[in-house]
Amino acid sequence: MIYFDNAATSLQKPDSVADAVYAAIKSMGNCGRGSHSASLEASRIIYATREILAKLFHIKDASRIAFTLNATESLNIAIKGLLHKGDHVITTELEHNSVLRPLYELVLEGVELSIIKSDFSGNIKIEDIKQSIKQNTKMVICGHSSNLTGNLLDIQRIGELCKEANVLFVVDAAQTAGVFSIDVKEQKIDVLCFTGHKGLLGPQGTGGIYVREGLVISPLKTGGSGFLSYSKTHPDKMPESLEAGTLNGHGIAGLYAGVSYILEKGMEEIRKKEQNLMWQFYEGIKEIPNIKVYGDFSTNERAPIVTFNIADYDSGDVSDQLAEEYGIYTRSGGHCAPLLHEALGTKEQGAVRFSFSHFNTEEEVDVAVNAVKKLAMES
Amino acid sequence: MRKKELRAVITFQNTTSAMAMEKICKENGRRGRLIPVPRCITAGCGLAWSANPQARLELEQFMKENAICYDQIYEIEI
Repeated sequence: MIYFDNAATSLQKPDSVADAVYAAIKSMGNCGRGSHSASLEASRIIYATREILAKLFHIKDASRIAFTLNATESLNIAIKGLLHKGDHVITTELEHNSVLRPLYELVLEGVELSIIKSDFSGNIKIEDIKQSIKQNTKMVICGHSSNLTGNLLDIQRIGELCKEANVLFVVDAAQTAGVFSIDVKEQKIDVLCFTGHKGLLGPQGTGGIYVREGLVISPLKTGGSGFLSYSKTHPDKMPESLEAGTLNGHGIAGLYAGVSYILEKGMEEIRKKEQNLMWQFYEGIKEIPNIKVYGDFSTNERAPIVTFNIADYDSGDVSDQLAEEYGIYTRSGGHCAPLLHEALGTKEQGAVRFSFSHFNTEEEVDVAVNAVKKLAMES
Repeated sequence: MRKKELRAVITFQNTTSAMAMEKICKENGRRGRLIPVPRCITAGCGLAWSANPQARLELEQFMKENAICYDQIYEIEI
């Protein structure tokens, strides 16, 4: 099996991640629910994970990071906890349904939504965001990278723009956390939403949300907090304000191991390896007759994703043949990015997405290039 | 039951602050440990830091220097 579906979830994880989850399952009590050593052990590893994530994202105060199930939950917290009737929010056509669907729900409740158009390469103009800001604009929300094309957004420039306009800047880092540098202060990010199971190499069911100091978000869920038990309201202090119920402590222990591995190995080294594999694949397939590659390859600064179609073949068929005949695992279809598929003209056909991990090898990419060549020749 | 002794008991508003206290104390060789908040005092967080009362002033300064967000300091027999 050759796995090229890392934008969906990273399958190859460091052994230390699995070891940490196993050790946690064998030893961990419930975080913040007692003062015996099993409970404290859980609290310690969870606190250590907040700290290591704070280091990764250049966050001064680790208590500003709350754990969630995934980026989708974080985005729902940010969107539904900050926007109210009469507010205006700006997003882009590049976004995942985890951004779009909560926004569409709020439109029904009186929130005003502007969606910045994409061009045929999958890029937006930052100037368009600027032009869309008006008096009641409360938030700009966008992904750091498109999960469909791998095109990056210049979050530094968008962050500066938001700061100047006094508008909240919410970033969906699902595709970039752990691979691309994110500095919440430098990039003027008010809320950062991330998942643990992709570039951060942790288990599924882990994720988080960073909330800038001074910004209060109404929680999606309330309930058990482990303290203030006799209060009728959920505690309002971060991070527990956004963490009702027992956390996925076992998963978070694995996430700690994943982030430790990244910091030890070096994010730049990981990124370079993944980008090199992406370029090797792109160069190998781009001239094949009947192949159409989507996205902007005029810059090296892009997430390690190559998405394409062969002639007018159903992308699902191509992906299935790659899996069945060559053991190559990819993602086809709509990728939860409906507006970008419409912009690229691939709504009906979908597209085949290869997404790379630094655990992949050049030999695996060679096998994939040859497989795509053979399929294209048969078309 | 154990014999009661006078302790400095520091309370916190949430679990995260209590864990930050434990970590920073361990790193700096400060003695003490996390305990359940005694029922004679009220606190937001169910965990409190118990330390030698003679180190109280020093501990206050230490928490200030390390930006530890605590609620109250009590001197009680527990």
